[in-house]
Order: sequence, then structure tokens, then C-alpha cells
Amino acid sequence: MSAALFDLTPTEDQQMTQDMVRRFVADVMAPQARAADEAAALPAGFLDQVFELGFSFMPVPEDLGGAGEGRRPVSNVLLMENLAAGDLSMAVAALAPLSVINCLLDYGNRAQQERVFRVLNGSAFVPAALALHEPGVITDPRAPATTATKAGDGYVLQGTKSMVAFGPDARFILVTALLDDGVAAFLLDTDNETEGLSFQPEQYMGLRSLPLFQMTLDKVLLPATARLDEGFCIDGLLQRGRIAAAALATGTCQAVLDYVVPYVNERVAFGEPISNRQAVAFMVVDMATELEAMQLLNWRAAAQLEQGADCARAAYLAQRHASKYGMKIGTDGVQLFGGHGFIREHPLEMWYRNLRAVPLLGGLVLA
Amino acid sequence: MINLELPKHLQDLQTLLRQFSNDGLRPLSRKYDDLEPKELPEELGPLSELLAAGRKQRSANNSAADNTDAESPAVRNGTNLGTVVGAAELCWGDPALFLAMPAIGLGNAAVEAVATPEQKQQWGELYAAMAITEPGCGSDSAAIRTTATLDGDEWVINGEKIFVTDGYRCKQVVVWASLDTELGKAAIKSFLVPKGTPGMTVTRVEHKLGMRASDTAQIVFDNCRVPRANLLGDPEIAKTAEARKKAFGGVMQTFDNTRPAVAAQGIGTARAALDITEALLRERGVELAYNREYAQLSALENDLYDLETEYEGARLLVLKAAWMADNRLPNSKNASMCKAKAGRMVNTVTLKCVEICGQLGYSKTELLEKLARDSKIIDIYEGTQQIQQLIVARQVLGKSSSELK
Repeated sequence: MSAALFDLTPTEDQQMTQDMVRRFVADVMAPQARAADEAAALPAGFLDQVFELGFSFMPVPEDLGGAGEGRRPVSNVLLMENLAAGDLSMAVAALAPLSVINCLLDYGNRAQQERVFRVLNGSAFVPAALALHEPGVITDPRAPATTATKAGDGYVLQGTKSMVAFGPDARFILVTALLDDGVAAFLLDTDNETEGLSFQPEQYMGLRSLPLFQMTLDKVLLPATARLDEGFCIDGLLQRGRIAAAALATGTCQAVLDYVVPYVNERVAFGEPISNRQAVAFMVVDMATELEAMQLLNWRAAAQLEQGADCARAAYLAQRHASKYGMKIGTDGVQLFGGHGFIREHPLEMWYRNLRAVPLLGGLVLA
Repeated sequence: MINLELPKHLQDLQTLLRQFSNDGLRPLSRKYDDLEPKELPEELGPLSELLAAGRKQRSANNSAADNTDAESPAVRNGTNLGTVVGAAELCWGDPALFLAMPAIGLGNAAVEAVATPEQKQQWGELYAAMAITEPGCGSDSAAIRTTATLDGDEWVINGEKIFVTDGYRCKQVVVWASLDTELGKAAIKSFLVPKGTPGMTVTRVEHKLGMRASDTAQIVFDNCRVPRANLLGDPEIAKTAEARKKAFGGVMQTFDNTRPAVAAQGIGTARAALDITEALLRERGVELAYNREYAQLSALENDLYDLETEYEGARLLVLKAAWMADNRLPNSKNASMCKAKAGRMVNTVTLKCVEICGQLGYSKTELLEKLARDSKIIDIYEGTQQIQQLIVARQVLGKSSSELK
């Protein structure tokens, strides 16, 4: 397939962006994460600070007002890892509009791109979100209960979606629905299509500072131009989500590991640091090992996607690994802190709650 | 530029070795597992000559273009990556026959690293086994009791070695012995002892759970004399604690490059078990599509995806450790990480494949039960999973071996 060499070195551009994002994470995100979780609200001004960083602007073609970098799943993954190391909830909020942009770059037509990019890359942060999840157990994004029916020139959407970031504040919402016997995607503009649309705030175990809503579509009428028709493919969309989920898990797990190592080295029991015991040290080793594996699995998927290769298997495995070991790292992080991990004094219980969301994150963010 | 696909020259190598494995090794798998021969399986001589010839030709053909990248000219995909890819493919064919191939072992590597051209000439064709483990020490190789004493111009070696891979079939033994057991690690040196040297006797060949095509021997040294020059490396015992640590560290560093190669055995062996299992299940309509949600999976499919995940994670850890070595990045932590992960992965995967395939998995009709027996040692030799974790732990946590025992 490729003549390229096996290589794990980010490009110079990627390294420069990483440095910038890491500073932002250390200065802005990490210090505010706990308070935001307590308040169940994003820190004031956070989204505008995110907007200043300009990453929604990077992939957009120059003639549509962007920097013309094009689709860069690997760069997206690095960005997602770094942001999630600061805070998962804030990272998802920051990345939701970029995810809509990525989806439109892949599956939107020129007119749809023009309409959305102009607004999302205006003068301030404009919320936008994906609506892939549906409420309940045994839901299947490849066979949504939400339906679309042709009506005249347009479509009527009927159903309920869950975990819609920003809810009524999202200017654009990307909705999937069953049309005939396939899944179709529709771009909903909440400035125009409000008839039959309603939102209810949702509360979750984690992701508390991220505003999430249930969205009810009761005979919502959409114009024909709302449908994504440039080769939209639900499996492709879900692959992009899996890669994003794994990247977000990787970043969160990195935060856990970085927090755990100094603690087990300092915490004394029976006259010596607890990390002098293999039972403790080996838990840390497993964390570090699986974190590396998680990142590599996902880098492979992202690089395949970027190269236009079939990334189905790699993305699927990356997300499975991130779901399983992300949660293991989350629970072991609390375990290593003992009772101190269980109280809100430390961020471990928050990471624990957030990491349970990994299997769901692919419905909120796209690489 | 981040890319985790193998370059063309390594993909070509995979294709070539896959064919070699399929046509050359697989037909012999069952035979030599049943026989558990002392002698080298007769087909392995010509087969390894074929491999060696291929290697030679490839290195002659390998233009610089294979190893460099227009985008990142500094990146190398060299010997280490080639070695793990090759080992994995051959173990896909048969891990025991791979292990039994002459001259691929640690012994040769140790001699190649330090022997002078004259010594190589004198010792002849190199087929060297490595004798480290003793009845009283395994992972704790600093505690070996075998001694070497200088008597005139000769070393006199006394002691007992066990679990020597190739010990019966080899032409030379590289034996670890202590110049002074009071001085611990720093006094341990390795010596080359040609077969037929008086005083060195193979006293036993083991019967094993798996890897039965490969011989594992016990060797006794009873006033065994070798020339002074047969000590490999530096004969001095480091004087200070610091220097001693460094000297033994040097010995152990040899393993930084070999651990990924042994981990690669786990990768190929696991892939073999997964390929057989998935082929058998495909006949019964079970197909992995890598697109369905957790709630839509059968228990069987869920298990298979789990195994594929473990496999792929371990595989990429191995490639990373080898890539780091090729690019001169310190990889001791990653070498141990990948060995720990690949060892436990291959054991989990092969055993689970037997379970998943039920009666047929357990039966000798298929190779699954054999792979599940072969796999266990990959989690043990070249440093057990637990020793690898210890190495990783000390690095991640910044601990000395006296702090984290």
C-alpha cells in the first residue's frame, strides 16, 4: 500500500501544535477541570479561548475561509489526546464543532460546507454537535430508531436522540436517521428548523461540565439540502468516532498515570514508599504498558484513515482497547490512592467517572 | 510522519516468509511435536540454509531507498524491525521449528558481538547455545554458582547448567560463570566452550510441554578447560560498585535487542492460532466484520474481538521497541514492555482459541492445541513476564533494584 516507513515521529508542524496545546492544557484546562465538574458547567470564557486556538479553522479549505490544511486525522488524534489530558468534558465541548466540520469535509457538499464553515469560523465560538446516540439499552447507531421519511422536496424526521452536546445552543446538529433501509445523515440548522424540535438536559455519571441534552424530533421538517449526500456512509462515520474516542481515552489515561506515579513514590506504608512493593508497582506497569498499546493502536487507525486506507479493523480494535483498558486504568488509579482516590480531593474519582464514557464518546466527537 | 504500516521491503519479506512457513514448516509441525527428537530435524538444515541465502541476497539488493523516507530522511526501518517481522512470520509457520533453527539463538549473537576474526576462524561454523540458568537460579542470573578459575593459560570451569536451548545439537556453548562468587554480578563472565571439550558433558535432554522440535539440555562442567582467550569480552572484574553495576548492565543490555525478537515469537504464534480459529469459524458462518456495536455481538464474536485487540496491541508494542532500536532511541523500557505484553498475550490467545474451538480445538487434528502448549514458554524464557514488569517498573517509577526488589 504505502512505500512510507514505519515511523512514530510526529511532523514538525504536529510537534509545534502539540507544544501550544499542552501549554493551553496546563494553563487553562487542567486547573479548572475540578471546579467545572463540581459546577456542572464549562468555565466562563473557555469556549472562546478554544476558538482563539483556531483548530476548527485549520482543515477548512482556503476558499471557504480556512487555513486549507485539509483532513488530518493523525493531527486530530494528537490534539484530542492532549486536550483530554487536561479534561475530558472540556475537550469534548471544544472538539464538538470540529467534529461537525470533519464530517462535512468528508460527506458534505459544497453548499453545506459553505453554510456551516462560515458560521463556525466566524468571530466567536459557535456550538455545533453530533446527534448519533439514542436513549435506552441495546441501541444501534447502524440501525437508528429515529426515522426520516421523504416528504415532498424534503424529509420529516421523527425520533429521540441522546447525548447531544450544547442542545438548544448548538447552531448545527448532525442527526442520523433511518431512511428506507439505510442510515442517512442530516444537517439540522437550529436557527431555521425549530418546529417540532425540543431539548431536555441530561445528567450523567461523568462528563459533568459538558452540557448534554436529549433531543426530541417530532415531525421535524428538513429541506432536501439538509441531507449529507456526498458518499455518506455510517460505518465510515462510526470509524471516525471510534478513533476519536480512543484518542480521548489515551489523553485521560495519560493524566491518570502522570498523577499516580509521584503519589505511589511518596506515599509511605510500612516504612517505605508503596511503590517499593511489586503489587503496587506492577499495577503501574500495566497502566503504562496498556496506555502505550492504546496510543499505538489508535495511531495506526488514524494514519490509515489519513492515507485513505480501510481503517475498519484498526479503528474498531483501538476503541475496544480504549474502552477496556481506559476503564481499567481509571479504576486502578483510584485503587492505588486507596480511600484518597474515592474522595473528591483528588481528580481520580472524576477520571474514573469520565473514563466510563469512552465507549460512548465516538457518538460525540469525530477524528 | 506517523505511519504504522510496514514499508514495502518488509511487506515483501512477510510475503516471502509466509510462503516459506506454509510450505516448509507447517507440514513438519505435527511430526516433530510428536517425535520430540534429540537430533536436529533433518529438513531444518536445508531450510535454514535457504533462509540464510535469502537474507544474504536481500541485504545485497537492499538499496538505501528501502531504508529512508523522503519525508523524514532520518528515520530508519532496519535490522531490528526486519528481525521481529521475520521471527513473527516464521513462528506463524511453527514456533518450535523456528526455535530449533540452527544459529538463530542468543549464543551466536553473543559471540558475533565480541569474537576476533581469528577466534571466529578457529571456532569454525558458529552454532552456539547460551547456558545461563542453573538448578538454583533462573531469573536471578547474578546468583549463578558455576565458576571459572584461571590456571596458567586456561580457564577451568565447574558447575551445572540447565534449560540450555540447542544444548544437545549445538557446536559451541556460551556458558556464564563467575570468576568470584563473592563479588556478585560484576564477576560473571561468559566463555565459549566448543563441543567435545573434555569435562563438558550433556547429561540430559528434557521432555517438554511444548517447543518439542527444539532440544533443551542439561550440561555439566567438571574441570572443563578452555583457552584464556575464550572468555568473551572484558576479563577485568570491575572494582567499584558503580563500575560493577555498569559491567553487568552491559551484559543485560544485550537483551534489549533480543527481547523484542522473542516477543515477536509471541506475535507470530498468536496470529497462527487466530488464523486457524477464524478459518474454522468462518466455515460455520462466523465472520468478523469490525463494525458492530458491543450489544450486537455474540459471546463468541466478543471473545474474538478481544483476542484480536490483545494481539494487535502487543504487535505494535513489539514494532515500536524494534523501531526505537533501529533509530538508536533508548528502548530498554519498551523492550521489556513488549516482551511482557506479548508473552501474556500469546498464552491468553492460544489457550482461548483452543477453548473457543471446543472439541476440535483440543484435538490433535488441528494445530491449536500445539500452539497453546508452545506458547507458554514465550511468557517465561528471555526473562519471565514478571521480570519484564520489574524492569519496566523501575524505569517508570525511577527505582533502583534495591528499592524495588
